Amino acid sequence: MTLTRVLLELDRVDMFFGGVQAIRDMSFTIMEGELAGIIGPNGAGKTTVFNVVSGVYSPTAGSIWFREQDITPLKAYQVNRLGIARTFQNLRLFSRSSALENVMTAAQNRYRYSFRENLRGFLSPSYRPDPDYHYSFIEALSHMGRWAAREKHIRAKSMEFLERVGLANRARQAAGTLPYGMQRRLEIARALALDPKLLLLDEPAAGMNPEEVSALNGLITGIHRDFKLTTLVIEHHMDMIMEICPHIICMNFGAKIAEGTPDQIRSDPEVLSAYLGDEGAEA
Amino acid sequence: MRKSLLGNAALVILGLFLALLPLTGYQEGIVVLLCINCVAAMGVSLLTGFTGIFTLGHAAYMALGAYTAAIMTARWGVHWLPSIVAGGVVAVAVAWLIGMPTLRLTGDYYAIASIGLGEAIRLILENWQSFTRGARGFPGIASYASRGVAAALFTVLGIAMFNLIGSRLGRELKASRDDPAAASLMGFNTTASRMKALLISAFYCGISGALLAGYMTFIQPSMFDMMKSTELTAVVVFGGLGSMSGTLLGAAIITLAMELFRNASGIVPYIPSFISPKWTGVLVDFLTNLSQYRMLLYGLLLVGVMVLLPEGMQGLWSFARKIFSWFFPDTGRPDPEKEGLR
Repeated sequence: MTLTRVLLELDRVDMFFGGVQAIRDMSFTIMEGELAGIIGPNGAGKTTVFNVVSGVYSPTAGSIWFREQDITPLKAYQVNRLGIARTFQNLRLFSRSSALENVMTAAQNRYRYSFRENLRGFLSPSYRPDPDYHYSFIEALSHMGRWAAREKHIRAKSMEFLERVGLANRARQAAGTLPYGMQRRLEIARALALDPKLLLLDEPAAGMNPEEVSALNGLITGIHRDFKLTTLVIEHHMDMIMEICPHIICMNFGAKIAEGTPDQIRSDPEVLSAYLGDEGAEA
Repeated sequence: MRKSLLGNAALVILGLFLALLPLTGYQEGIVVLLCINCVAAMGVSLLTGFTGIFTLGHAAYMALGAYTAAIMTARWGVHWLPSIVAGGVVAVAVAWLIGMPTLRLTGDYYAIASIGLGEAIRLILENWQSFTRGARGFPGIASYASRGVAAALFTVLGIAMFNLIGSRLGRELKASRDDPAAASLMGFNTTASRMKALLISAFYCGISGALLAGYMTFIQPSMFDMMKSTELTAVVVFGGLGSMSGTLLGAAIITLAMELFRNASGIVPYIPSFISPKWTGVLVDFLTNLSQYRMLLYGLLLVGVMVLLPEGMQGLWSFARKIFSWFFPDTGRPDPEKEGLR
């Protein structure tokens, strides 16, 4: 895979919560097609980086660029619509809905009602609504006309993603009653169904046993390869990131302390001291 | 998709049943009231059960619908059908104005705000005497809400509501109910989602109010006070949050129970003759005085259902299964709750 274009760029981002500095002077670049990882001890500010990128928080200082567009001031849903999808460290599934419904909620995100699209097309002539992705409100109310075909498409697409993560046989089960490892994979399926250009995985291996982790590694690398999807993974288990990510950013106390290939990270004295304490660096 | 067609067909049959069943005049009135209450309850159910916004002011939207339809038919001589629709539209317009600043509030905060908003609208109707005749009430409304009209509107609005929650919008609303943060990170503008739910629920309550005006032929602001608002929300919780069929069942049970309590003396001629005269006397006494205690019984009914069926009427199935398993333990059928098949 050729790494040609910059997809995501953080430029000297600071994030304060009151007097607490969660991220300090954070800059890094993710190229299109990369599989990158962020590691760091607990409390290093990894999840805050994701929250800032995905628009949950807007940074105190600095700017974030996605596909040559400044996304710093955008709200979470606007950032998402540009093509950044994420999963969560503490699972955030719609636990009362079925697994299939969870994915369908994501897979429907390109569909719009016709009157909205026509109005938008009327107001800005350069805007071309995609006729495959809309149907009228009346059709939605009566379940007639184009509605059935659209709904069938959403359902079929969602089933494909469920199959991809190996949950097709659990499609009708309530998401909250799935085993923990399956809920993690369901979250990945739901993020994929958004058809993103950048996938952010927040501690996907948290709470998993070694066998589950190795299966997850296969899933993440497989998705990265098959969908040609730029992926950024957060983990505090070093081994996992070292295994799958050729590009690693290491954080401690809200700042980047090292960046590079797994070998460079492994031998970096600052990384060693962050993980093992000062004695580790001396050893 | 087949499921939604079956549901639509069931609603059409229910509507035809309500419209064509041979009934006495009094019973017809109950059917009309039933349809009116069900339409309003469906609206509140969308907002409270499916979007997670508790409201204690939705009677105000019924009042807006009722006054709009009343003024249009009685004062301006407009046909009743456009007047009913206009009642819904006016409620939607006011809901939009109210929703713009308040829907940033979520959960309990919106509930408190809605009390104030509901009372404010009622007080405006009460004090704008030149237009609404104020607290004296608005008499002389044509009796346009016949059984056929009420049943037809209930059927159409019921089908629309069930289809809506069974498709894209339903999933969107449930997403912003269950986890607003996750929903917004999936590209949903959750404030806009809440607004959609509020507008649709206001439309249903507006239509319901317009029908109520045509059924009662006389309306006054005190009919739409906070008591009515809490009743709407109580019916929805009673039916089960997040279940539209539960809402309909709950609204039907409450409406019929209230009518029964109000007119319990109607049962007197049906007291079987084998009961001794002494006990018949006690029973007649009880039934004729029952109407005085109807609010007490209403309260008991609500408390009883909430204690026995915390999920509302939608929990009736699992409750029945539990009772069944007391008498016939281990029937060999898998428990969907335990197996996680639900």
